[in-house]
Amino acid sequence: MTAVISMFGRLGRSFLGMVSRLGDATSLSSASLGLLPTRPWQGRHIVIQMFNIGVGSLVIIALTGAFTGMVLALQGYYTLAKFGSESMLGAGIALAIIRELGPVLGAMMLTARAGSAITAEIGIMRVTEQIDALEMMAVNPRARIIMPRIIAATLVLPLLIALFDLIGMGAGYLVGVELLGVNPGAFIAEMQAKVTTHDINTGWIKAVAFGFLIGVICTYIGYRATPTTEGVGKATTQAVVLSSVGILMLDYILTSFYL
Amino acid sequence: MIRCKALTKIFGDAAALNSVDIHVRAHKTTVIMGGSGSGKTTLLRLIAGLDKPTSGEIYYGDEDFVHMSRRRLYELRQSMGMVFQYSALLNSMNVYDNVAFTLHEHSDLDEDIIHTIITMKLEQVGLRGMEHLMPSELSGGMAKRVALARAMAMDPEIIFFDEPTSGLDPISAGVITSLIHDLRIKSHHTSVVVTHDVDAGLRIADHVVLLWQGKIIAEGTADDIRHSEDARVRQFIEGRPDGPIPFSRSSTTYVDDLLHKPGTVRIEP
Amino acid sequence: MSEYKRIEITVGLFVFIGIAGMFYMALKLGEVGGLGADGYHLTAAFGDVGGVRAGADVMIAGVVVGRVDDVHLNERDRAEVSMRIHDDVKITSDAIASIRTKGIIGDRFIRIGQGGGEELSDGGEIEETESAISIEELVSKYIFSSDSSNK
Repeated sequence: MTAVISMFGRLGRSFLGMVSRLGDATSLSSASLGLLPTRPWQGRHIVIQMFNIGVGSLVIIALTGAFTGMVLALQGYYTLAKFGSESMLGAGIALAIIRELGPVLGAMMLTARAGSAITAEIGIMRVTEQIDALEMMAVNPRARIIMPRIIAATLVLPLLIALFDLIGMGAGYLVGVELLGVNPGAFIAEMQAKVTTHDINTGWIKAVAFGFLIGVICTYIGYRATPTTEGVGKATTQAVVLSSVGILMLDYILTSFYL
Repeated sequence: MIRCKALTKIFGDAAALNSVDIHVRAHKTTVIMGGSGSGKTTLLRLIAGLDKPTSGEIYYGDEDFVHMSRRRLYELRQSMGMVFQYSALLNSMNVYDNVAFTLHEHSDLDEDIIHTIITMKLEQVGLRGMEHLMPSELSGGMAKRVALARAMAMDPEIIFFDEPTSGLDPISAGVITSLIHDLRIKSHHTSVVVTHDVDAGLRIADHVVLLWQGKIIAEGTADDIRHSEDARVRQFIEGRPDGPIPFSRSSTTYVDDLLHKPGTVRIEP
Repeated sequence: MSEYKRIEITVGLFVFIGIAGMFYMALKLGEVGGLGADGYHLTAAFGDVGGVRAGADVMIAGVVVGRVDDVHLNERDRAEVSMRIHDDVKITSDAIASIRTKGIIGDRFIRIGQGGGEELSDGGEIEETESAISIEELVSKYIFSSDSSNK
């Protein structure tokens, strides 16, 4: 009996903890973003973060994009060939990549490559008192550290996903047409016929939303990490897990909204 | 210069600071000493404005420091410097940019002038010519000296030192201690030093505050402390393991625990 | 300082390529390239559209000449389809619009058979329509026509 009560107690406590962390994250992020238009202008630091987060993730995005397109071409071909509709391959690849795989896999890769780095970097700045040092040097750490990273992640992800999509479709074309012998005309024509502006826009909406989510989660968890080496390690893992789950949940919500 | 009244800071349900009154005098070196967990770092963070007290008041001159707007706080901080325990250099920048950080952020000076200032500051701490090293390439002692140069870059009115000698070899520690002392004599700023290093602390102090369990147990000049009759003060400055500040942290008696009296787990035969 | 210039240029290049990629996709794949916002509108009312939806193809002789914009029920309980047709394709007033299926289980599309009358202009209506042929109906007709006593 007491075990059951204490179980509910624990559940309640962890739920309250979750809610209060969510509130804390919201207030920290919105307060940081509110500093965007204030002086001193942090444009330079946004550019630097776009370099770290965006340019730094190009290779991994290109690689995942290429292999996603290639495997889609293989899988799609063997399925479609059973119905004699290999000509639909281009449309299948394009729709899958533009609507789902590009945004979701692109965001996952950004989390793994850049999100974890954001959390670890901010966590280490916390451990080594660099955040306090900024504060003491009259530089607002929320304006200097959190805000540029959230803005950069939000701006950069759509661009990365555009490249992911194009490379994925290009690689799908190579495998489908050059390797499996699908008619190139049909491949391209079906691709163009089936993809609508709505599909493409849905992809961009997701990209922006995921970029923002990664920025908010990874900066928050790093900023509030327990200031020990162990705490930073834990925070990094937690940031990657939470971002990934968050991306999938948000993906479902956005898909059901915009389908 | 700084007056604190009934300063209390509570973490969870433990009071790290319990109603502390302290007066930091201008152009003097105030040394706050105490063992680990005595609340001295907490006190420093409150005075520097990095944390807010649970209750109590802090005045900078006539200004209420606790309820100050962020804008005014940042204005005040341009005349403050702080040397952190682990130096806290920004590891994405080299020595030059670290020392020049506040000048780049808060002044419109020409790079030529900034360069001259940085050269002078690095010369004062004996590191001229190291401008292009990254923080990761510096030893602990050198990083501390760079941090000191950075704290002095804007010629502040007050500099805070958090454990300036901890983790350094005796020579580096000695260098830092004399630097803190000599630079204060030269530039007439106010220093607040938090340390558990008794020798170094007493050597440079104009005024000593001794904390124990979040309370001030002794206050005065270095000589007052050296010749104090208080048993706790004697124990601290002589570094004896046992005394009024007990060696054992256990709250139950040893004999009871050995005899498996209530309050401990008893293994049935 | 020059380090920052290099970062700035790289980021500029990256943003340029990214935005170019976004535009390329929108132009090549979105409706902008296929049909664009141009084209003119026609309507046609069907007894049964058999599930044709917005976005379905409109074809003449197997060539895509437009898209379905919207399908809704009009006041006489018929399905009114509005479609957008390429500007350079003219459709005659006596054309026949019929609902067809690509293959047996493929997408529904609207096939237009041209007549010889005058050309329809924007907002015109194709009056002659042929409803969807339901395969299920055809099959059941074929099966049950031999012994209707089963019913």
